[in-house]
Amino acid sequence: MENDSKILVEEKDNWAKKSNVAKAKKFQTSFGNDLDVLYTPADILEIDYSKDLGFPGQFPFTRGVYPLMYRQRPWDIRQYAGFGSPEDTNHRWKKLLSHGQRSLSLACDLSTQLGYDSDDPEIEDEVGRVGCAIDSLRDMEILFEGLPMNRLPTSFNMNSQAALILAMYIATAEKYGVKPSELSGTMANDILTEYVTRGTWIFPPKPSLRLATDVAEYCTKYMPRFYPFNLRGVLFCEAGGEISQEVGYLFSNACTHVEDLVSRGLEIDEFASKISFFFIVGTRIFEHVAKIRAARRLWARIIKERFGAKEEASMRMRCTVMHQASEFAAIEPELNLVRGAYGALAGALAGCQAMWLPAIDEHFAIPTEKTSRLAIMTQQVLIEETDALGTVDPLGGSYFIERLTSEIEKKIQERMKEVEKFGGSMEAIENGTLQKILADRAYRIQKEIEAGKRTVVGVNKYRVEERVKDMHFHEANPTALHIQIKRIKEVRAERDSASVSKSLEKLRKAAMGQENLMPYLIDATKAYATIGEVNQVLKEVFGEFREPVNI
Amino acid sequence: MEGRIRVLVAKPGLDGHDRGAKIIARAFRDAGMEVIYTGLKQTPKMIVNAAIQEDVDVVGLSILSSAHLGLSRKVIDGLREKGAKEVVVIAGGVIPERDIPRLKELGVQEVFPSGTPIGAPVEFLKRYFNKL
Repeated sequence: MENDSKILVEEKDNWAKKSNVAKAKKFQTSFGNDLDVLYTPADILEIDYSKDLGFPGQFPFTRGVYPLMYRQRPWDIRQYAGFGSPEDTNHRWKKLLSHGQRSLSLACDLSTQLGYDSDDPEIEDEVGRVGCAIDSLRDMEILFEGLPMNRLPTSFNMNSQAALILAMYIATAEKYGVKPSELSGTMANDILTEYVTRGTWIFPPKPSLRLATDVAEYCTKYMPRFYPFNLRGVLFCEAGGEISQEVGYLFSNACTHVEDLVSRGLEIDEFASKISFFFIVGTRIFEHVAKIRAARRLWARIIKERFGAKEEASMRMRCTVMHQASEFAAIEPELNLVRGAYGALAGALAGCQAMWLPAIDEHFAIPTEKTSRLAIMTQQVLIEETDALGTVDPLGGSYFIERLTSEIEKKIQERMKEVEKFGGSMEAIENGTLQKILADRAYRIQKEIEAGKRTVVGVNKYRVEERVKDMHFHEANPTALHIQIKRIKEVRAERDSASVSKSLEKLRKAAMGQENLMPYLIDATKAYATIGEVNQVLKEVFGEFREPVNI
Repeated sequence: MEGRIRVLVAKPGLDGHDRGAKIIARAFRDAGMEVIYTGLKQTPKMIVNAAIQEDVDVVGLSILSSAHLGLSRKVIDGLREKGAKEVVVIAGGVIPERDIPRLKELGVQEVFPSGTPIGAPVEFLKRYFNKL
């Protein structure tokens, strides 16, 4: 056997010499390794099939989390949607469902994501802009009007407001006769990542972690069909990171969440299967496929070996993928459709569980009905017309993909060690270390694009068009602000203010102690306390985060 | 103009997408300007105050939340009210073509929508202050 390996390596070396491989153009991966011109069995000698790859649906899940994968059913097509008033979003959701979407994904405006009421004069410019405005339970009731909540998995990209929005979702379901145990879907609840990128934090990291753990603990106990974490590596890339940073930094955050849940006395096997992930895909097709395969293998081992899980379900790393929006160009935006299709192919070949593609007009506004339909139909072409779903892990066993998977896995582990060296994920977030690393890389990449060292077709090579003038974009609904202000005033006038104050006082006391805050948030919500009022109480108890600004 | 150009790079409103703001802050710094970056979640009032306290020549607003019209207007009005009319305001981010003339009417000197090379605002400022 050892002799065979030697021969394989020698044969490759001979071929390389004869073929002048040393003179070939260099090709570097995004995480800094040089790609070989050719991969052969000599490059995967260290890989043991049953230990490192195995069968789909079996540990370490490199080849897929389920045995039959897409031969059982394709991934879920997702589309992040929400804008204007709850009525606007309810209407858009019903349209998306009629186009074949089987689940919902709520985008909220920034004032909601940051805990402001729509009538707060500081934030009037934000209401209903990048998502739907939610001020109180009344808005959530309108949002879900006429929709079968027990049959529609709903995902919420909520982080600092995860606990409160979950409370509103539960209270709304109760109004419509649906029990918490019947609700399915996902809460992002990924506040640690928000400190590094995207910035929708309010409180300091420690109380934020507590709220995230409250959500997860509550869901573990009462909402078996609901996923309390969707941890988003995506954001590390959008802020300038590469794929080993994406997975490495994210897994460090994920381990912090797991440790906090374990410290509450929960068993790893009670909740680990409810953690889901969200990764970027893009035009570097093979890198992304290898990355997701590596992430599955590594996460399975972390959960089993480090946290001692016994159930296989706990070790399955399920993921949604999204095409990297920062790869989309503002020039010749129609080309983004092509880029998105390559990213979607990577997601399919990697064996994702759900997918969403940004719309081609991402750079200009939130999508129109047309561009959001194109993003869905890109995936439908892949599912219905191509053969990408015909066999499980179609690239598995490729010398190249297996070697790349192992290389990325090693690099991810190095990134996790790096975070430990910074003092752990909480420390690295609080002092801005990760933020600075990503911003420095973003700057370097931008300079490389502008110097022509990285090609973006239509932008720095083969450029014809200047700016886009003739596309039709989404127009913000200027009435959303007025609708929201009118409604929040009505809510305040109609509700029983004594029970609002009582519920808020109970919440304050609980926040000062150690209890899980979910029941208190649900009570405040049912009394129609507004998002601004609840957050005011929590700010008074928890304080506010001061961002480390270092450029 | 004497000395180095002083720029305040600001993120008004609640938008947390700061990749662009941090890139442009680094580009201004590398071009020899003095750069102050505000960090996230700045109200127009905070930005106006910072601009006056730091005695900057330029305020660069980075906005990706589509709230650019309202936020830019408030910053410019605030600067005028405080008598800081000479401060040049520029804006960048996710800004559709049709809003560029509207922003210029409000008093934004130049707009750099996404897709603009980082050299463009640098050169614009150097030319504006006769530093080329």
